[in-house]
Amino acid sequence: MQGIRSFIKTFLLWELLQGLWVTLKNLFRPKTTLNYPEEKTPQSPRFRGLHALRRYPNGEERCIACKLCEAVCPALAITIDSGVGADGTRRTTRYDIDLFKCIYCGFCEEACPVDAIVETRVLEYHMEHRGENIMTKDKLLAVGERFEPVIAADRAADARYR
Amino acid sequence: MAEIRNFTMNFGPQHPAAHGVLRLVLEMDGEVIQKADPHVGLLHRGTEKLAESKVFNQSIGYMDRLDYVSMMCNEHAYVMAIERLLGIEAPLRAQYVRVLFDEITRILNHLMWLGAHGLDIGAMTVFLYAFREREDLMDCYEAVSGTRMHATYYRPGGVYRDLPDSMPKHQYSKWRSKKDVDRLNERRSGSMLDFIEDFTRRFPACIDEYETLLTDNRIWKQRTVNIAVVSPERALQLGFTGPMLRGSGVEWDLRKKQPYEAYDRVDFDVPVGTNGDCYDRYLVRMEELRQSNRIVAQCVDWLRSNPGPVMIDDRKLRPPPREQMKGDMESLIHHFKFMTEGYCVPEGETYAAIEAPKGELGVYLVSDGANKPYRMKVRAPGFAHLASMQEMVQGHMLADVVAVIGSQDIVFGEIDR
Repeated sequence: MQGIRSFIKTFLLWELLQGLWVTLKNLFRPKTTLNYPEEKTPQSPRFRGLHALRRYPNGEERCIACKLCEAVCPALAITIDSGVGADGTRRTTRYDIDLFKCIYCGFCEEACPVDAIVETRVLEYHMEHRGENIMTKDKLLAVGERFEPVIAADRAADARYR
Repeated sequence: MAEIRNFTMNFGPQHPAAHGVLRLVLEMDGEVIQKADPHVGLLHRGTEKLAESKVFNQSIGYMDRLDYVSMMCNEHAYVMAIERLLGIEAPLRAQYVRVLFDEITRILNHLMWLGAHGLDIGAMTVFLYAFREREDLMDCYEAVSGTRMHATYYRPGGVYRDLPDSMPKHQYSKWRSKKDVDRLNERRSGSMLDFIEDFTRRFPACIDEYETLLTDNRIWKQRTVNIAVVSPERALQLGFTGPMLRGSGVEWDLRKKQPYEAYDRVDFDVPVGTNGDCYDRYLVRMEELRQSNRIVAQCVDWLRSNPGPVMIDDRKLRPPPREQMKGDMESLIHHFKFMTEGYCVPEGETYAAIEAPKGELGVYLVSDGANKPYRMKVRAPGFAHLASMQEMVQGHMLADVVAVIGSQDIVFGEIDR
């Protein structure tokens, strides 16, 4: 009996029809795709994307050139030179991150004692010319200024887990 | 005129079915393979040597990039080796989190394998469905670690952060009705554990769908049944592990035989094949998806009812909590010392192996008492599998090479390291 049944099923293309039934059902299900870039997938507050340097609310740079991020960076992507700032405090005169070297592990953010260097939610960035992969201090600060509300909200949301 | 019989041809490294950078030099007799010679090393990045010049913790991120479709499992092996040398154990909650993410990784890996294997042999649809489910798990990765792939989440002594209490949600936009966005956000309304639990409930039906598409499909069977049969004895001799070994009928699973972390506290079965052909290995992996799903569900239950620390309290091995570091000078000094110097691991050597989705992934670690490893060696399961390529494809047709590569589940990140 089993043999006859499977023999008939072979000629009916039974298992192929079953497969086609699955694809047909999926055809009428709600779509799972999003219209990128108009719509984006949800992003967690822990997201590690493009780097940024932050400022305090009064406009003062957070970074104190302690070079801890430089020391902890596994990819040696960060280069820092320090000097004395206009107000006599220790500041960075150069803060470069090579985005080609960076492995986005988040250790710099973990290490930073003043929450200056952070990895933001920004994941869509590109370079058009050679050398643009180096994020200089100005560029990093600009990213920080642009996204400060989001950055601050994300750090606040994740503070209790750290 | 002399008759030319054998023809040497290159398979890869740019062949789309070569799973990355596999270069096979095939000696063909017509369409039948006489000899297959895999050339490795095209993705060699020197991870093992690199680890020797870095503080222990700094290499965790590079472990993700070994087998780049089962990220956290690689971290796990490395972190476990350090823990063995240090003689410490992660808190139970951290162990469960690790088991949870190891199994999520296994599902991720097997879904990727299923999609790629199907696509190689000519089944396009299953790839799309597999990636639909992968997306949810990728979201879990991102919610917990901040990245969809290279997590850098495990640390010696636990995991970096506890699981988040909320999942990120879809934003309202003019491109989609409010009702539709609410439908997408329905699963994300609770905590991350709720999201995973919802996934474990949905997932068995998804596996049924994949199986309906493939398991009985006559084309699928023609391409896989009796292709590259490996006997159990030979599989052991060749150093097979994981689904490759179990597909040949040897019941060997490190999660059962040498339980690590919380694997002895969860309930699961080890599927075993009978014939040792590509089809059996496919069936074994499909069953592993179901079993992993079971483990994930158990971990979610446990984690929900047992809050606690996810990192050991040994301040030599972890930085102080951020709050403390900012308020207290001693903690700040400690933070600086930890981030720059790391910790010293006692002299000795160890081998820590885990059941990665592809097989036994081991890390052999030698320490000379410094804060960097003296030597680190990765035992990649894929390497032993790839080494058997000649034996597995000999006498088969050219098209079967693709099926064999697929069923070996080769990833070059771990083979070339």
